[in-house]
Amino acid sequence: MGGAVEVSRLVKAYGSLRAVDGLDLSVRPGEVFSLLGPNGAGKTTTVEILEGLRRPTSGTVEVLGRDPWTEMDAIRARIGVIPQEFHFFPRLSPREAIRLYARLFDRKVDEEALLATVELLDKADAMYDTLSGGQHQKVGMALALVNDPELCFLDEPTTGLDPRARRSIWAVVRRLRAEGRTVFLTTHYLDEAQQLADRIAILDHGRVVAAGRPDEIIGRYGRPERLRLIGDGGLESKLRPLGLPMVPVPGGVEITLGEKADALAILNAVASSGLAWESFSTVSDTLEDVFIRLVGREEDGGVRPAADDPGAGR
Amino acid sequence: MNPRRIAAYFPAFAKGYLRNPLGLFMSLIFPVILILIFGAVFSNSGSQQVPVTVENLDHASAASVEFLSALNATGAVSLSFVGPDAGNLSGYLAQHGLVAGIVIPDGFGAAIANRSAVALLVFTNPSSGSEAGLVEGAVQGVANGFNLELAHGSPVIGTETLHVGSQLYGYIDYLVPGLIGFSVLVSPMFSMVNISSTWKRDKLFRQLSLTPLTRGEWLAATLLWYVLLAFLSAALLVAVGALVYGAHVTITWGAVPFLVAGPILFVGLGLLAGSVSNTPESAGVVGNIITFPMMFLSGTFFPVSLFPGWLQTVARVLPLYYVIDGLNAALVFANSAAVYQDFLIVGILALVVSLAAVRVFSWRDER
Repeated sequence: MGGAVEVSRLVKAYGSLRAVDGLDLSVRPGEVFSLLGPNGAGKTTTVEILEGLRRPTSGTVEVLGRDPWTEMDAIRARIGVIPQEFHFFPRLSPREAIRLYARLFDRKVDEEALLATVELLDKADAMYDTLSGGQHQKVGMALALVNDPELCFLDEPTTGLDPRARRSIWAVVRRLRAEGRTVFLTTHYLDEAQQLADRIAILDHGRVVAAGRPDEIIGRYGRPERLRLIGDGGLESKLRPLGLPMVPVPGGVEITLGEKADALAILNAVASSGLAWESFSTVSDTLEDVFIRLVGREEDGGVRPAADDPGAGR
Repeated sequence: MNPRRIAAYFPAFAKGYLRNPLGLFMSLIFPVILILIFGAVFSNSGSQQVPVTVENLDHASAASVEFLSALNATGAVSLSFVGPDAGNLSGYLAQHGLVAGIVIPDGFGAAIANRSAVALLVFTNPSSGSEAGLVEGAVQGVANGFNLELAHGSPVIGTETLHVGSQLYGYIDYLVPGLIGFSVLVSPMFSMVNISSTWKRDKLFRQLSLTPLTRGEWLAATLLWYVLLAFLSAALLVAVGALVYGAHVTITWGAVPFLVAGPILFVGLGLLAGSVSNTPESAGVVGNIITFPMMFLSGTFFPVSLFPGWLQTVARVLPLYYVIDGLNAALVFANSAAVYQDFLIVGILALVVSLAAVRVFSWRDER
C-alpha cells in the first residue's frame, strides 16, 4: 500500500453488464500511469470511480489513502480532474473560470502563470464558447491545476484534437510529472501512452490484461525479435537447414531469432550461398502490436492471459 | 453551507445569466412589454364610446340639433355626421365597417311642433350585440325624455348610480400583480428547466462536484439570483403600471413573502422538470406543460373572478394562482388576512417542491 491509487478487485455492474470486472491497479506517487484500452473497455468508468463520481459495486478503492465515494471531501482539494469531453459555462472567460475555482478552493492563484502553463494567455478573456476544442481542453487543464493537486486525473485529454493541440497537452503532462505530481492518464492512443507513461495497464472487458513499463509489456507479450531478409527467392530453401521458424514475406523471408547469435548464423549462410540479397533488418513488436495481440479478439488465436496472471495489475 | 463559496459562485452565475440576452429579455423586458400592450388594449374599455354615424335629413332644424346634443350628452356614443350624398346609410355603414347609424327624417322638427308621430331610423350591426344595445338604449332614453317633456309629464322613478367596491379598481390594477406573478413564474421556470437538463448533458454539475461547492450552496446562490430578479421585475412593473397607466398599487411588506417564496417554488419545479427528463428537448416539453396552463389561468392577464366557475376551480389548483392572489391582496386590496392565507399555501408548496427537487436532483452518478 502507500501508492497514490490502490484498486483491488473493483467491480462496477450495470444490471448484468460488468463494465469493470475485477480490476486491480496500483499507481506509485510521482509517476505517469496510463490506463490503455479500446473503447468500451471500462477506462472511463474506472477513472470516474477513482474521482468519486461513481459508486463502485464491489471491491476496494483508495485514492491518496481515502475512499473516493465516501471520503471525497477529504481528498477533493488534493486531486485535479480533467474529465472526458470537458465542458464549462459558455459565457465565462478562462480567467473568470480560474478566479471562480480559486475562490471555491479558497486559494491564492497566480492567474497569469497558470494561463501561461496551459498556453492560454492570448485567450484569457475570450468567452469559453468562442474557444476551439483544444483550448477548451486547456481550460480544463488550468482548472484542474488551480488547487495545486498532487494527483491529476486526465481522461482521454487529447481525443478529437489536432496533432499540434495534442503535443501541447503532452507538454503540460510532462511538466506535471517534472513538478513531482502523479498523473493518471486514460487514453486509447498507443503513441500517447508510449510517449508519456512510466507504466501502463492495458484494460479489456473491465480487466487488466497487461501491466508494467512499456518495454516490459512488449518483452512479456510481444513475439521474439525477427530478422527480415529481402532478396532472391531461393533464400528460403538455403536457410531452412538452420532449423529456425521462418515465414515468407513479400519479396523475401522473415526468420524468428531464438537468440541474438542466430542472426550471425543466418547472415553467414546467406553470404556463403552466393545468392543476391537487397536488405536485411531486425523487426521487434511495438506496443501497438502487443496491444492488438492482447485486445484484438478477432485476429489472434486467443493470447489473452488469464485474469490472475501474476503480472497483471502490479 | 459556506457563505464564502456562495459568494464566490453567485457572481459567476449572474455574469453568465446577464451575458445571455434571451434570459434577461424573458425575465425583465418581456413583462414590461406585456404590461404596455395589455394596458393599452384594455385600460379604457370601461369608458369606450360607441361611434354612431348620423344622417340629418331635417336640414338642421332646432329640434333635431336639440335631440342630437341630448344624445351626445349621454356619453355613451360619439357622433359623426354624413350628408345626404352618402346615399343609403345602411350601405354606407356596411361599407365603412361602422357599428351604428341614425337617420333623422325630413320634417322631424315640424312633426314635433305639430305633435304628430315621427320615427327615427336606427341602424345597428347585430354582430356587435352589446354596442348595438347601448346605442338603442341611448336613443330610446333620449326619445323618452322628449316624449315626457312634450306630454308635460314629470318622471316618477329616478335612478342614482353608485359604484360597487371592486369596481373602483381598473383592469390595470389587476394587471400589475398578475404580471409580477408571470415574471415570478417564467424567469425561473424556463431557465431552470434549461439549466438542469443541458448542464446535466454537458456534465457541468459533475464539473462543479469536483470543487468544494456543495449542492446546497449552489441552490442557495441560484435561489438568491431569482429572488433578486423577482424584486427587480416587480419594481419595474409597479413603476410602469403606476407611471404609464396610473395603476392604484401600494407597495407594502405583504408582497415580500411572495417575491421570495414564489421564485423558490418555481426554481424547484423547474429543477424537478429538468431532472426527470433525459434530454433537454423532453425537459422543454415537460416544462411547457407545467408552465403554460399556469401562465394563462392563474390570473396573470385577467382576474380569475371573470372566469366561468369550472375554470376558476382549475385555477385554484395552480400554484401561481396563490402567488398572484396574494400579490393582489398585498399590493391592491391591502387585505392582510388573504396575504397570510395565500402565503401559507405558497410557502408550504415551495418547501415541498424544493425538498423533492433536492432529492431527485443529483450531481453524481448514484447508480
